[in-house]
Amino acid sequence: MPTGSQLIATSRYTLSPKARADIEHAIHHYPDPRAASIDALKIVQAEEGWVPDGAIPAIADVLGIPASDVEGVATFYSLIFRQPVGRHVIKLCDSMVCYVNGHEQVLDAIKTSIGIGLGETSADGRFTLLPICCLGNCDKGSTMMIDDDTHGGLTPESVVPLLEQYK
Amino acid sequence: MKLSSFGPANTITRTAESHPLTWRLRDDGAVVLLKEYESKNGYAAARRALKEFAPDDIVNAVKDSGLKGRGGAGFPTGVKWSLMPKDDSQNVRYLLCNADEMEPNTWKDRLLMEQLPHLLIEGMLISARALKANTGYIFLRGEYVEAARNLNQALDEARTAGLIGKNVLGSGFDFELYVHTGAGRYICGEETALINSLEGRRANPRSKPPFPAAVGVWGKPTCVNNVETLCNVPAIVANGNDWFKSLALAGSEDMGTKLMGFSGKVKNPGVWELPFGITARELFEDYAGGMRDGFTLKAWQPGGAGTGFLLPEHLDAQMYAGGIAKVGTRMGTGLAMAVDDSISMVSLLRNMEEFFARESCGWCTPCRDGLPWSVKLLRALENGEGREGDIGVLEQLVGFLGPGKTYCAHAPGAVEPLGSAIKYFRSEFEQGISATAAAPAAAAHSGVSA
Repeated sequence: MPTGSQLIATSRYTLSPKARADIEHAIHHYPDPRAASIDALKIVQAEEGWVPDGAIPAIADVLGIPASDVEGVATFYSLIFRQPVGRHVIKLCDSMVCYVNGHEQVLDAIKTSIGIGLGETSADGRFTLLPICCLGNCDKGSTMMIDDDTHGGLTPESVVPLLEQYK
Repeated sequence: MKLSSFGPANTITRTAESHPLTWRLRDDGAVVLLKEYESKNGYAAARRALKEFAPDDIVNAVKDSGLKGRGGAGFPTGVKWSLMPKDDSQNVRYLLCNADEMEPNTWKDRLLMEQLPHLLIEGMLISARALKANTGYIFLRGEYVEAARNLNQALDEARTAGLIGKNVLGSGFDFELYVHTGAGRYICGEETALINSLEGRRANPRSKPPFPAAVGVWGKPTCVNNVETLCNVPAIVANGNDWFKSLALAGSEDMGTKLMGFSGKVKNPGVWELPFGITARELFEDYAGGMRDGFTLKAWQPGGAGTGFLLPEHLDAQMYAGGIAKVGTRMGTGLAMAVDDSISMVSLLRNMEEFFARESCGWCTPCRDGLPWSVKLLRALENGEGREGDIGVLEQLVGFLGPGKTYCAHAPGAVEPLGSAIKYFRSEFEQGISATAAAPAAAAHSGVSA
C-alpha cells in the first residue's frame, strides 16, 4: 500500500512535536490507529486554524493509512477546514427553531455587518461565516457559536455589537 | 454570555421517585460532580448491580421494564441488548453512547451531559456490565464543548475513585470509557454511520444486516444507545420494574419518564422530565405557557425535524409512541415545536429540506438527488414561481424517499414533515404556483430580465 508521502510527494509539511505526540496519544484510545484520523485532523487544525495540504500525508504516515483516506475524511466532515479560515469562525444555527425565531434576519444583519456570505472569509481575515446544525439551545433561538462561545437570543440588532467583541 | 439553563428544567419540583433523570439537578444549573452525585445516592445502583446482579439479570431487568430507546426511534432497549451474542468466546464487545445530538429541536442530552455527567457514566457502567462490554465510547458532537469538558472531568473523577478502569469496585469487571468528539455532520447520529465515524471513516451508514450486535465497530459485537436511554438504567436497577412502570400515566403503553419540551414562539420554552402519557396540550399550555402574546398556534411537531406536523386540534394526543401514532406521526424525541401564524409552511419546509439535503451523506441516490430536488421545488413555490404539477412531484418524492427506499432513516425523516405539511396546508403550496409559469418549457426563461 502506498504511503501518504508517496501519494503527495510534492507537499512538505512537518507535524509539530506536540501535534505528533497528541496524535500518538489519541491512537491509544482505539484498537486501530485509523480511528484517530478525526482526532489528528482536529489536532492539526487547533494549531494551524485549518488543515494545510501537506498535513494530510503527514497524518497518514503517523496513522499508517493512505493519504487519500485521510483526505476523504477531511473533506467529509463539516468542521474540518481544508482552506484557511478567519481568526473567528461564526457558526450560525439555521435549523427550524431558529428559522421560526428569525435566524434569516440575523444572518442578513451579519452579512451586512461584515460583508461576507455563508462559506466565506472576510478579506481582513477576521471572520469566517458558516451554517451549523441545531446547537441545542432551542429555548434561546436564534443562536450561534463564535469559536467555542455559544450565544442565544440573537436579534438583527443584538448580533452586530456582539461581533464587535471579536477582534 | 453563558447558557446554563434549559428553560425551567432545573426549577420544577422534582423528587427521586418521580423524576429519576433530573432530580439530582442543581437549581443553579451548575454541573453535579462526584461528591455531590454520591451524596445524592449516585453510584448506589452501580454498586448493587456489580455485586448482586449477574449480567443477564440486568438485561432481563431492563427488558422487563419496557424501557425503549430515547433517541427518536423508540426500539425496546432490552430487546436490543438481548441481540448481543450469547457466545462468551466473543469476548471483545463495545458499548457506544450516541451523544451526537444534532436533530433540529433536540436539546435534552446536552442537559444531562452538562449537568449530570456521572449519571451517564453510571448508566454506561451498569449497561456495559450487562452486555459484557469492557470498552465504551461516548460519541459526542464536537460543538458540545461544555458537555465534553464536564464529561471528561467526571471521567477523571470516576477513574480516580475506581469506578472506571480495571476491576471496578472490586467486582472483577474491567471497564474503560472514552469521550470521542466528532467533527460535524448530522448523519453521524445514525448508528451505523456513527460506527464508521468512530472507526475514522466517512460517516456513511452501513447496509444492514449484519446488525451492530453481530458485526459492529471494528467488526465486534456492539450496542449503540442514546444518552437519555442509558441514564434511565441506574434507577431501573435501583428501584425495580414495578416502580418504573408506575411512572407513566394511565393509557400510555410506554414506561417511565421522558425529557419533553416545547420551543418556538411559546411563552416559556423549555425541557422538562415528564411522565409518558401526559397530553401535548398539558405540555404546551401548562409547561410552555401557550403562545406568546400576538401569536396563534398554527401547527406543531411532536419530536424533532423528522416527525410530521400536526394541527392544534391534535394537542389532546397523549405523549407516548402509540398516542402520537394515533394522530398520524411519530413521537420522535418528544421535544415539540410550535409553528405560529406568522410562518409560511412552504418557507419553513424549504428551510428544513435545505438542512436535510445538506446533511445527506450522499451514499444512496433517492436521498442524494431527491432532497436537493425538493429544495428547488420548494424555493420556487416560496417565490411564487412554482409550476403546475410541482406539488405532485413533491408528493412523489415523499413516496420515493419514504421508509424502506434508502439505507438509513435520513430520507424518510426528511419527507415525513413534507408529506404532512402538504396534507394539512395544501392551499399554501398552491398559492406558490405562478399563473404565468404554466408552460414548463417557457417558464425557465420567462420573466427574467438580464
